[in-house]
Amino acid sequence: MERQGGAPPDDIPIVLAREGHHGPVIHAANRTARVNGILPGSRVVDMRAICPELQVEFADEAEDRAALDRLVLWARRWCPWTVRDGDGGLILDTTGSDHLLGGEAAMLVEMETQLSLMGLTARLAVAPTWGAAWALARFGPVRSICGAEEINFKLGALPVTGLRLDDTTVLLLRRLGLKTIGAVMDVPRLSLTRRFIKAGLAANPLLRLDQALGKLAEPVASMDAKPRFAVQSRLAEPIFDPTPYLPELCENLCDTLKQAGMGCRRLHLTVYRTDGDVSHVDVATSATTRDPTHLHGLFRDKVERINPGFGFDLITLEAGSVEAMQEKQNRLDGGSDDDLHLTRLVDRLSAKFGPRAITRPVLRESHIPERAEGQVAALANIADLGAVTTQDRPLRLFDHPEEVRVLYAVPEGPPAQFVWRRQTHRVTRYAGPERIAPEWWKDRPGTRLRDYFKIEDQSGRRIWLYREGLHEDGRGGDPRWFVHGCFA
Amino acid sequence: MGSLRVQKRLAGQVRQPDPLTHTLSEVFPETATDAAAIGFVLARLPRTDAPILWVQDRLSRKEAGRPYLAGIGTKRPVIMVDLSRAVDVLWALEDGLRCRSLCGVIGEIWGDPPALDFTATKRLALRAEAADVPCWLIRRAASADLSAARDRWRISAVPSAPHPHDAQAPGTPRWALDLFRSRRSKPGQWVATYDRAQDRLNLAVPVRDRTLATGDGTARGRAAG
Repeated sequence: MERQGGAPPDDIPIVLAREGHHGPVIHAANRTARVNGILPGSRVVDMRAICPELQVEFADEAEDRAALDRLVLWARRWCPWTVRDGDGGLILDTTGSDHLLGGEAAMLVEMETQLSLMGLTARLAVAPTWGAAWALARFGPVRSICGAEEINFKLGALPVTGLRLDDTTVLLLRRLGLKTIGAVMDVPRLSLTRRFIKAGLAANPLLRLDQALGKLAEPVASMDAKPRFAVQSRLAEPIFDPTPYLPELCENLCDTLKQAGMGCRRLHLTVYRTDGDVSHVDVATSATTRDPTHLHGLFRDKVERINPGFGFDLITLEAGSVEAMQEKQNRLDGGSDDDLHLTRLVDRLSAKFGPRAITRPVLRESHIPERAEGQVAALANIADLGAVTTQDRPLRLFDHPEEVRVLYAVPEGPPAQFVWRRQTHRVTRYAGPERIAPEWWKDRPGTRLRDYFKIEDQSGRRIWLYREGLHEDGRGGDPRWFVHGCFA
Repeated sequence: MGSLRVQKRLAGQVRQPDPLTHTLSEVFPETATDAAAIGFVLARLPRTDAPILWVQDRLSRKEAGRPYLAGIGTKRPVIMVDLSRAVDVLWALEDGLRCRSLCGVIGEIWGDPPALDFTATKRLALRAEAADVPCWLIRRAASADLSAARDRWRISAVPSAPHPHDAQAPGTPRWALDLFRSRRSKPGQWVATYDRAQDRLNLAVPVRDRTLATGDGTARGRAAG
C-alpha cells in the first residue's frame, strides 16, 4: 500500500507473497497477473509455472493492517462510526450523515474521489446492513446503493461467496447446487438450521444470511482515536529562549494528563519560528510520569539545542507514548517511595548523557567470559537473572584482552615470567587451567580454545591470564598469552 | 546544605560526623590495574539488595577494565554509567547521591583532573551524608591532594592466604589497607582478609617488623583535618 518509488508498471505481472504451509503462497496479484491466470491463495511455484515472468514481492501484512487502521481514522471525515473490516475493508456507519454530503450517491462519488487521490482503488456500496454492504461492494455493481426494502432482491443475484463464509462452506454450498444467495434464501429455514446447527458463525450460512438481511444485529463498534495531549503558548513577540515558558507549559500539560488519568514517557517541545521553520527537542523518561518539576528538569540542558533563527512566536509541548497511569499512594506517612527516586535518577542521567551511557549488565548463558555479560536498559525488567557461575571469576575484565610477552615459558601451566604493560611479573602461585572451548555455533572456524589461569605475581596481584590455543593444534603458530582480567 | 549545617547547630551537635552514617571515602590503589581496591569497596557496601550506581570515566575503563558481573555477583543490580570526562563523572555522582534508594555510589576517576578539587569533594561528602548513601571515589594514578573525603585509603594487594586444598594455588585474597586520613576513626594500617562465602572482612594488624617512627607519634595518631 505504501510502496516507495511509486506504483509498479501495469504491464508486468506482479504478485505479493506470504508464507504458507508449503512454501510461499500468493497474497495478492495485480491486474496483469490476474489476467494471466494467477489465483490468490495458490502456491508461488505453481504460478511461476503458469506465468514465468512473474515478479514476486513479499507482503507486509502487519504494516498493511496498520495502514488500514490509520485509514479507519482518516475516514472519520465522512461519519463518526468507522471500523476496520477484516484485512481489506472499511465499514462506515453513515446513518444520518449522508445528507451532509448531498445524498448517498454523491457521498460515494466523494469517497471514491478522495481515496483515488491517495492512490487507492476502492469499491463502494451502501446497504442497510454490514453483510449486505460487504457483498454488494465485492460482488455487486459499481457504487451500488441498496435500500431497506430491496435488500432481498439485490442480494439474491450475488454468488454465495458474498455471505462471508469460509472456503469449505462455500464449496459445500456449491456442491449442493446453491450458487447464489437467492438460492440459499429459497431453501426452507428449518432445513438450513438442521444442517448447520453446530457450525460457527463463519461456517453457518443461515446466521450470515440473517446478518445480511438485518434479522441479526451486527453493530459497528467504532474504535476511538487516541487523544492528543498537547499544550501551546502563543507569544506576542518573537523570542529566542523558551526557558521561562517551560514551567507553565509543563504544568498545563501535566494537568491535562492528570484529568485524563494518563502519564507520558516522552515529551516533544516544538518551537515555530517566524521564518517559517520549526525546531524541536525531545526528552524521554524511563517510567510513565506526570510530574511537572521532573519533566521540566529533563529539558534543562537540552533547550540550548533549539535553533531559534530570528525568534519564534509559538511553543507547543506534546506528550508522546501516553499510557494510563494510576495515582499511587507511596507510603502511609506520605513519603515518596524508592522506586520513583531510582527511575527519576535514571531519567536525569539519560537526559544528560544519552540513554546509551546508562546500562545495566546482566549475565548471559555463555562460557566465553566476554559473552557471559550483556547490557540491557537500566530499568529493564529481567525475569531470569541467568545462570550464576560457580567458577572463580575476576572483578575486572578488559574489553580487549591484552597480549603479554612471555619471558620464561614452562611446558605445563602458565609462564614463569611475563611482561605486561612494561612490567615484569613473576608467577608465584597459580590455579588452573580452566579450559574454555570456542562456541562453534557462533565463532568462526579456526577459533582457538583458551586455557585460563588465575595467577598471583610476586607483589600479590592476582591476574587472569589465558593461553590462546595449544601447541601443534593446527590453527596458527605458537599459542599467545593474554591478560583478560584482574581478581581482587 | 546550608540548612543542614544550621539544623546541626540548632540541635546542639558538635560538627563531628557520626561514625555510623555513610559518607565519601577515597581509595587510592597502589597500581592502576590492581582490583584489590574494588574488592575492598564492594566488601564495605551495606548488605542490602538495593542497586549500585557505578560511574566510570573513559580512561579508567580503558586502563583498568570494566566491572565484571560474574565476579561481582548478581545479588545487587549494578547500574553502569560510562562517561568520558571527570566533570561528567562528578555530576553523575552528585546526582546519584540525591537518590536514597541506592546501596552505594562508586565513581572511578583517572588521574588528577582539575575538576576534582576540594569543593567538588566537599559537595560529594555533604550530599552523601545528607542522603546517608556511601560514596566511594576510586582514584587511579592520582596523588592524594587536598580533599574533603572523610576517609582516605591506600590499598594494595598482598600475597593471598594459603589455599586449603591446593598448595600452589592462590587462596582467599588479602589486601594491605592504609587508612592514612580519617575524620571519624584513628588512621592505621591493616591486612584484610576477605571471606567471600560469608561476606566477612577480617582486619589484622600487620605482623612484620617496622622501622621506628621518628616523631613522637602524635602526628600519626591524630586525625588530620
